[in-house]
Amino acid sequence: MTAAKGTIIQGATGDWEIVIGLEVHAQVISQAKLFSGAATEFGAEPNSQVSLIDAAMPGMLPVINAEAVAQAVRTGLGLNAKINLRSVFDRKNYFYPDLPQGYQISQFLQPVVGEGVVHLELPDGTSHDVGIERLHLEQDAGKSVHDMHPSQTYVDLNRSGIALMEIVSKPDLRSAEQAGAYVRKLRAIVRYLGTCDGNMEQGSMRADVNVSVRRPSGDLGTRAEVKNVNSVRFIQQAIEYEAQRQVDVLEEGGEIVQETRLFDANNGTTRAMRSKEESHDYRYFPDPDLLPLEFSQAYVDELAADLPELPDAKLARFQAELGLSAYDADVLVAEKEIADYFEAAAKDRDAKTVANWVSGTLFASLNKSGKNITQSPVTAEQLGGLLDLMADNTISGKIAKDVFEEMFETGKNADAVVEEKGLKQVSDTGAIEAMIDEVLAANPDKVEEYRAGKVQLLGFFVGQVMKASGGKANPGVVNEVLRGKLGG
Amino acid sequence: MSNLTELTLAAARDALAAKDVSAREMAEAHIAAIEDARALNAFITETPERALAMADASDKRLAAGEAGAIEGVPLAIKDLFCTQGIQTTAGSHILEGFKPEYESSVGTNLWAAGGVMLGKTNLDEFAMGSSNETSFFGNVINPWRRDGEDTDIVPGGSSGGSASAVAAFLAKGATGTDTGGSIRQPGAFAGIVGMKPTYGRCSRWGIVAFASSLDQAGPMTRTVQDSAILLGAMAGYDPKDSTSVNTAVPDYEAALTGDIRGLKIGIPREYRVDGMPPEIDALWQQGIEWLKAAGAETVEISLPHTKYALPAYYIVAPAEASSNLARYDGVRYGQRVEADDLTDMYELTRAEGFGPEVQRRIMIGAYVLSAGYYDAYYLKAQRVRTRIAEDFKTAYQSVDAILTPTAPSAAFGIGEKGDDPIAMYLNDVFTVPASMAGLPGISVPAGLAADGLPLGLQVLGKAFDEETMFRVAGVLEEAAGFTARPANWWGTSS
Repeated sequence: MTAAKGTIIQGATGDWEIVIGLEVHAQVISQAKLFSGAATEFGAEPNSQVSLIDAAMPGMLPVINAEAVAQAVRTGLGLNAKINLRSVFDRKNYFYPDLPQGYQISQFLQPVVGEGVVHLELPDGTSHDVGIERLHLEQDAGKSVHDMHPSQTYVDLNRSGIALMEIVSKPDLRSAEQAGAYVRKLRAIVRYLGTCDGNMEQGSMRADVNVSVRRPSGDLGTRAEVKNVNSVRFIQQAIEYEAQRQVDVLEEGGEIVQETRLFDANNGTTRAMRSKEESHDYRYFPDPDLLPLEFSQAYVDELAADLPELPDAKLARFQAELGLSAYDADVLVAEKEIADYFEAAAKDRDAKTVANWVSGTLFASLNKSGKNITQSPVTAEQLGGLLDLMADNTISGKIAKDVFEEMFETGKNADAVVEEKGLKQVSDTGAIEAMIDEVLAANPDKVEEYRAGKVQLLGFFVGQVMKASGGKANPGVVNEVLRGKLGG
Repeated sequence: MSNLTELTLAAARDALAAKDVSAREMAEAHIAAIEDARALNAFITETPERALAMADASDKRLAAGEAGAIEGVPLAIKDLFCTQGIQTTAGSHILEGFKPEYESSVGTNLWAAGGVMLGKTNLDEFAMGSSNETSFFGNVINPWRRDGEDTDIVPGGSSGGSASAVAAFLAKGATGTDTGGSIRQPGAFAGIVGMKPTYGRCSRWGIVAFASSLDQAGPMTRTVQDSAILLGAMAGYDPKDSTSVNTAVPDYEAALTGDIRGLKIGIPREYRVDGMPPEIDALWQQGIEWLKAAGAETVEISLPHTKYALPAYYIVAPAEASSNLARYDGVRYGQRVEADDLTDMYELTRAEGFGPEVQRRIMIGAYVLSAGYYDAYYLKAQRVRTRIAEDFKTAYQSVDAILTPTAPSAAFGIGEKGDDPIAMYLNDVFTVPASMAGLPGISVPAGLAADGLPLGLQVLGKAFDEETMFRVAGVLEEAAGFTARPANWWGTSS
């Protein structure tokens, strides 16, 4: 295992290192909101999933949703983090029309989950551990809609009160690539756990990106926070733009101001939103409507016992038990559905072959047709059936690719396709001998040359015979018979 | 049956159950009394139609033998409790016209027990005040007057409308809420029984929040027995309030045995404050003698952090209030002042919607929570609060209940303390410590001041031991024999 390298920006005055920390907001999978019984389904009619509590009617009180707590604990366990048996909900006070209470219930000083670590495998074969500072539960705000009326703002409170986990990393990331890998890994972990659907387009996962630059291994620089970035690509763009901007400012003798910035997805730039001086004083204090959140170690142990196998464990198992390379295994474990597909297809089969087929042929076809693994027209069992035909020499590897394409097209089983199209491999020596004789008879000069010592012509003869057989001749048998006849 | 308004809650309940009187007759008598007493300004909203409809329903249940514990008993509801379909204002302009689509849990309990709602009583705006002079809907007038004077007297606050309504025989009982004394102090000022239960005993769900960690609903009645009955109908665990405590509600009425022999009653030396009128001290001594005569033992105790309770309260309560009142922003309900941009809309709405006392407390609260001041004020106040609770815990290792005066003075005239918030805050000096510790307390009318206004004594109990507290209060009531009542100067028919 080699340590990952960070990006170095070569400036006019020397090298600069990027330091990145991420605050990822992940929407908890739960039937109900964090403190009310209202539903949480995405895309419902505006203001149709709003309880009296979410709308902050007078006298309404929050009651913690136990499932949201369990989800946060599961996620903490998945991040190899310390679970705090006692945590406290605080009010973060500020005014905004989509924040009905005038405060967000969050966890400030005593979060439910403490320090943890996320392990990254990078494409260049290096690896990197990213420290987790904390995970806390908080309410989401509603949504302000500014474009429905020229001068008025509309408010949709469906999202108001939905449970979020804010996962805060330590400033352990050193490149946009690492940040991307970190977010993908986090996404994989929560999806494995079933605690967040990781859907960044719908906003169920989004990140605040803290970026600063410094001389390599020097003191940390002043950071800027890019708010609410909602795709891995945008996160990486924001980091690259922001780091370069900071280097430019510093090299021109300027200073970085600690501020909140907005990412503009249209041109990949960031711009200042508000500086620290203008920033809110949130007047945090413990929410007197809620008791401290307390649970027992036995409760945590129970949740831990029921956790599914997580990406790291699966990766280790794929390497140790199935002999896959770290990179091959990493590709397969990135999505739980892919790993499940692979494992189903690889059962009692050669894992490396299956891995190659899944991450090669299958991924290519899925990409081309814009489908994901769960929508694959070829099921894991069907792919396994195809590989079985290859393994028992019913078809050749080359024919197998054609059969796969037909299967992907029609959803049929491999043996049906082979049967219908008459693609069975010919291993009958008599038939092959006849084809070889024809090829040799048609190419007397080449036969001469071969016998005179130009043995590399064997490939030519094999090719001619395979062509004549329509690809169905068993290449092993062809080789053997050819050698006999030519050498004879 | 004549003089239906004169009956105690217990007597009315029994008369209704015996069908000596119908719930409709009972309701009509009180509706008439309320109409006749508008000079007191005790109600913000009268609900006679609702009262009659509920009374008719009660009569049906009485006839069917399905009567609840207070079937047909007419009650007044502090306008801090949300009432379904009925305007709920919290005494504030900002909520004027607001009609909740839901009923508070305490209200739901009361109606399930057969209570009949007469209307919504006036109060200090958002329950912030000790004289009912901060209500947007005008001062409530105490039915009591000083001997030989016609100066309007405050009823105390914040549950001033409930206190006046009960004292003037407009309702059998009323709900109040007590954050730092808002039931007990007006109880003393109006010569009635005001009781604050242990924090967590009554659900806060559906009650407009002032200071969440202190607010507690309680009954206001003319007798201790009535108080016990009404609390029994209000109290109960509510899963919708995370701070509600899941413990059974005992039969409080049955706890009124009149026997306090062998009980140890603590007399806290720190409650002898400078400048307290001698007649208050004398009444307190009298109370001690009454309890001793009934066979209790009085023990001097120390609650050393008492003097810090009031300043700490005036940090904790405004801090919570500043956050609780943020929802009144003109966006979703209540008053809104239109403006060109959002910030102006907020500022104009809240400047117009909130009165000066509410604005003062919001500003104090925002200040004590702000960065750089949080540790010095809010955190320190919370530490003081812990010490105050420990003081009581220690004291309760050696005593069963505590006896103190309810307020450091009798009621005062309207406007007499209006320009000095600190003098006003000092009204709560004897009631705030128990609020900070979450303990139950009850004010019992025990005598009259030299000027003829009523004075109360306060009995504090252990957490969730309202029974002992009621028992002591009952003995005190019996010994005091308080039969004085305000002369009816407001009505036309009496």
